[in-house]
Amino acid sequence: MTEDRGIPPDAAAAAAAQAWFDRHAGPLVRPYTITGGRTRPRGDDLALITLVVARDPRQVTVRMRPEPAAILELCREQPLAVAEIAGRLDLPISVVKVLLGDLIEDALILTRAPVAVDAPDVRIIQRVIEGVRRL
Amino acid sequence: MYADSDGIEDGIELTGGVPGAVKILIAGGFGVGKTTMVGSVSEIPPLETEEFMTAASMGVDDLEGVEQKSTTTVAMDFGRITISGELVLYLFGTPGQQRFWFMWDDLSVGTLGAVVLADTRRLETSFASIDFFEQRGIPFAVGVNCFHGKRECTQDEVRAALDVDPAVPVLLCDVRHRESSKDVLLALLERVMSQALEAIAPATT
Repeated sequence: MTEDRGIPPDAAAAAAAQAWFDRHAGPLVRPYTITGGRTRPRGDDLALITLVVARDPRQVTVRMRPEPAAILELCREQPLAVAEIAGRLDLPISVVKVLLGDLIEDALILTRAPVAVDAPDVRIIQRVIEGVRRL
Repeated sequence: MYADSDGIEDGIELTGGVPGAVKILIAGGFGVGKTTMVGSVSEIPPLETEEFMTAASMGVDDLEGVEQKSTTTVAMDFGRITISGELVLYLFGTPGQQRFWFMWDDLSVGTLGAVVLADTRRLETSFASIDFFEQRGIPFAVGVNCFHGKRECTQDEVRAALDVDPAVPVLLCDVRHRESSKDVLLALLERVMSQALEAIAPATT
């Protein structure tokens, strides 16, 4: 990686050694290792409450990497919000968004953007009121 | 299940049959009862989720150089209320500190309104949240959590101390109890509704 930028291997190795020992190494698996170093999702703008559901509930996940497979397992039967997937997998939201971007590209999930609230639909507000009353 | 054929129901268009979500923010200082309130009405045990402050606030494309900095995360608790097959309400407990609002762009998407939870012994901790929602025209209600069973002051005293618009609901509550949390949410939603109606048909003078 660093060789591309013409940094002498010795210096790169020294920097790497400094950066990755002890507490600097952070968690056992760095979150963005899971995403191949990417911190931005591809494609769609995903929000905290964008709902995600597996396109095919029978999708076979055995050959997939563990994290995308876990996401598909979680939203196989019911749609879950991005935040809910992050919470259940104990991964930061931005990491989950990158993983979801990949699943969107592979056409493995359907997503639903949050309800637009700039000019909220009174019918939706009324439904929410009724739903909360029923609790 | 979530077939494309679900089409349109009650005028709400469904894309791919996946339901839509809205959210309500529960804002307030540390220990004021945000998670308790979320838990009292949520159909799932409150979940915690984290976001990096550096990555999100700086908009970095990769983590070059970031490994030398300490990464700060902010945590949010949230819960879910399924309204119908097509509509889900999420409740997000969000810290009241200003440093948190870097996430506002994402937090605001689909947000109907906010509950500012206040503690009578530390009312000043809710000022930042109130200012924030006022400035952005986000409908909000103030819930004064009296979880020690003591109502140390009246609704009017709290309203005067917080200096909020007379239309903003201010309620005394005990968010350990579902009914009390529901009352706060319903007061907020009535406010959301009246603001929405005003936007459609502005009051003529």
